Amino acid sequence: MALLEVKDLHTSFYTPAGEVKAVNGVSFNLDHGKVLGIVGESGSGKSVTAYSIMQILEKTGKIVSGSIKCDGQELVGAGEKVMKTVRGNKISIIFQDPMTSLNPTYTIGKQLMEAIMLHTKRNKQQARERAVEMLRLVNINEPEKRMNQYPFEFSGGMRQRIMIAMALACEPDILIADEPTTALDVTIQAQILELMQQLQKDLGMAIIMITHDLGVVAQMCDEVIVMYAGSICEQGTADEIFYNPKHEYTKGLMRSIPTVDSDGSKLQPITGTPIDLLNMPAGCPFAPRCDAAMKICLRERCERMQINEWHQAACWMNVKEAMEKEGGEEE
Amino acid sequence: MSDKKTLVEVKNLKEYFNITTGVFSSKPLKAVDDVSFSIRKGETLGLVGESGCGKTTVGRTLLHLYKPTAGEIWFDGKKIETKKDILDYRKKSAMVFQDPYSSLNPRMTVSDIIAEPLDVHKMYQNKKERQERVLELMAKVGLNSEHANRYAHEFSGGQRQRIGIARALSMSPEFVVCDEPVSALDVSIQAQVINMFDELQDELDLTYLFIAHDLLVVRHISDRIAVMYLGKMVELAESDEIYHHPLHPYTKSLMSAVPLPDPQKARENKRIVLTGDIPSPLNAPSGCPFRTRCPHATDACAESMPEFKEVASGHFVACHHVDKIN
Repeated sequence: MALLEVKDLHTSFYTPAGEVKAVNGVSFNLDHGKVLGIVGESGSGKSVTAYSIMQILEKTGKIVSGSIKCDGQELVGAGEKVMKTVRGNKISIIFQDPMTSLNPTYTIGKQLMEAIMLHTKRNKQQARERAVEMLRLVNINEPEKRMNQYPFEFSGGMRQRIMIAMALACEPDILIADEPTTALDVTIQAQILELMQQLQKDLGMAIIMITHDLGVVAQMCDEVIVMYAGSICEQGTADEIFYNPKHEYTKGLMRSIPTVDSDGSKLQPITGTPIDLLNMPAGCPFAPRCDAAMKICLRERCERMQINEWHQAACWMNVKEAMEKEGGEEE
Repeated sequence: MSDKKTLVEVKNLKEYFNITTGVFSSKPLKAVDDVSFSIRKGETLGLVGESGCGKTTVGRTLLHLYKPTAGEIWFDGKKIETKKDILDYRKKSAMVFQDPYSSLNPRMTVSDIIAEPLDVHKMYQNKKERQERVLELMAKVGLNSEHANRYAHEFSGGQRQRIGIARALSMSPEFVVCDEPVSALDVSIQAQVINMFDELQDELDLTYLFIAHDLLVVRHISDRIAVMYLGKMVELAESDEIYHHPLHPYTKSLMSAVPLPDPQKARENKRIVLTGDIPSPLNAPSGCPFRTRCPHATDACAESMPEFKEVASGHFVACHHVDKIN
């Protein structure tokens, strides 16, 4: 049994302009000790997927259907009481912006201890010891002194490390990292990623890494999910996704970024603009921007298909290629 | 490339901001400290560095948006000194800002935004001429002419950045400072805008100073790259040279820290992870600014700032130990 099983998740936001289907049938499994990357552009539903798992959606958002199982326990519809035992203990999340995720009016120590005492049976003294230990773990020097300082006295990279310390204080099985390094500089990003990799190995937890940076994915992830307009368009091992992409969107993404050995030749951008989630087309959501779109793409959405043992994609091009291989002449 | 003439030249540029530290005391924050470089006509100079290193300040001071504390700025063989010089210079230079959401006035229509520089410098005879110029610019950056009377909030990030670029081009500038123009955009849109910068450069013979922190993007678009750290320029060379043979220890760690979009290469890549954070520019270390994080630092580094000197043809670096560590 997988550690986390998400099945056919649908999450919508009810806005004055209508229902926004932010997550549209997302399914995946996460095993112990694995790093799963979720990539996609803004509005693709990657963060909403994470917030749905934690059930920390805004008031207008609601999980419409689907199932989320953590260690075999169903979380959808389980209620706030159950979720409180899951959040922090089993699944933790770190947010994108380390500048705004900490309360500026409390000391770092107080915030860390609060999280520890809320989720474990430690008393104040033990919580303080644990907090200092966690700060040391994430390489903050002079942790005892730092405990009494306020967030503004820390740099961005340090604040993100404190967020990681807070998330890991209760030794969760799963860490969800929502764009953990986007707001940081490259050298600080390298520090944070290295730290996460180290902790992941030492503590054996699973990480869901949400990002739009393909470089971070290549470096960190065992498995990758590519999302577009609320659905998964491709899923597979990192090597399969990078070296053998089977969805036109993923292929487009790979072509549009400058690579390591780029020779200054033109990038090939994906044309058009991201989709309006209020007006979703009937067929494949990527079809309006896809260069290879066929008639069927506009009419019907392609189901996810198994490419090989490690790889699934939802693109009609694969059907076409398979047919051509068999010598068929349809479509 | 090297036979092309110099368009912009900066000599010993300094920009200090006074930071109030008490009721009667203040302290200079040396945002840019003694920076010299030149940009050739038709070239793209990339400027990279971490936040707070002064790269944006260099861009803004270069356009006289901030008055330089000291130093000289030369444009097209002429020193920019008097008010009239600055006014003339502003007609030939422009800036594209980082955040397409806050750099466009939400109360102005797209055509008013694009025509604002024309209004300021009174560059048209009548309304018709103004409108024609606006539509021409919109076509140039790939915006639909029907959108001229809409407001900025009706556009996506990529389209807003196009509006910002059209505004920058309205005076037909020779020199454009692009301050992180693509970092707020989605990956799929980034490539569209980068390509547009490329095409416009060829078409209009533009010279760019391209400020960014995404090193792969900078390397893609730039002919030469300059690296800054804590207000000082530490290395300057051709893009490929700086990418494959960085000499300064900071540049080395910066290049190795870039997450490569290629799993195999990422696994092989030996990262030089720097310890610690950037020191505050208010309390910059003595001597070489990088010495507090540098693995090769010695006593000599604390004593004096190394000279920014040419070690190979066109390759400048400021490090005391450049021979020893390479």
